[in-house]
Amino acid sequence: MNNLPREGNINMNRYETVATGGYQQAASVNKVLKNTYILLSGTLFFSALMAMLSMALQVPPITYMISVIASMVLGMFVLPRTANSGAGIGVIFLITGLLGFGLGPVLSLYLQLPNGGQIIATALGGTGVIFLGLSGYALTSKRDFSFMGGFLFAGMMVLVIGMIANLFLQMPLLSLVVAGGIILVMSGFILFDTSRIIRGGETNYIMATYGLYLSLFNIFISLLQILGIFGDD
Amino acid sequence: MDWMKILGTIAGIMMLVFLWPAYKHWSQHSPKAQKGDWASVILALGAVVLLVILMIASVR
Repeated sequence: MNNLPREGNINMNRYETVATGGYQQAASVNKVLKNTYILLSGTLFFSALMAMLSMALQVPPITYMISVIASMVLGMFVLPRTANSGAGIGVIFLITGLLGFGLGPVLSLYLQLPNGGQIIATALGGTGVIFLGLSGYALTSKRDFSFMGGFLFAGMMVLVIGMIANLFLQMPLLSLVVAGGIILVMSGFILFDTSRIIRGGETNYIMATYGLYLSLFNIFISLLQILGIFGDD
Repeated sequence: MDWMKILGTIAGIMMLVFLWPAYKHWSQHSPKAQKGDWASVILALGAVVLLVILMIASVR
């Protein structure tokens, strides 16, 4: 009889340890998610400012290619080394600022179309709806979408090969197929990344922001391309 | 411009080199899909396709 309360205490302590551990993990996940969305909002706002600046400066279209390559180099070689320090915040703003700056001449080209303003507004609104819808779905469905990893990276590699091929082939149909494929693969990446954050697979909010930002950026560019092709008489 | 194509090709190859280890990792370490997982992905991506079609209709 004397052992019962002690066992009970041990079990209670175990329960408390498990409960505390679970609570700490949930709190940590919520913190990563909150920080990711705050940083994502900040980087998107900064990108928009940089896009407006480059439009005002009327920089040439080649700026887009240069800024994409520079941000790729920073994202591949600098960001992973700085993501665990305060410098990572500066690097992510540099990357997203560069991408925003490169977007300026692209937007200027679209604004020259008869319905360019409508195309840009629709692409922007559509990107927002896709992101909010898919993130909300990943957060509320509680499904683990990390099983998609292999398929998404394979799909991305196929699309990159398609993009390289179309640089030389210049086929409108292929560019349409690639743009549509990018929207689908990036939508999959939003599910995958959000699912990884809420399941504790991604604990670095700077890297999480980078992944989600790239998905949004690519969806926006591809929507512009598709709407530009179909919106033109 | 040919040098833009060359720059684009270099960027694409860089991206492939960068993506390859991630692809290898995820193809070997991805958890198996549970029943209904693919259906939920197809549902979400189907909604995206529908939205894109609606957007195309709105700008035409």
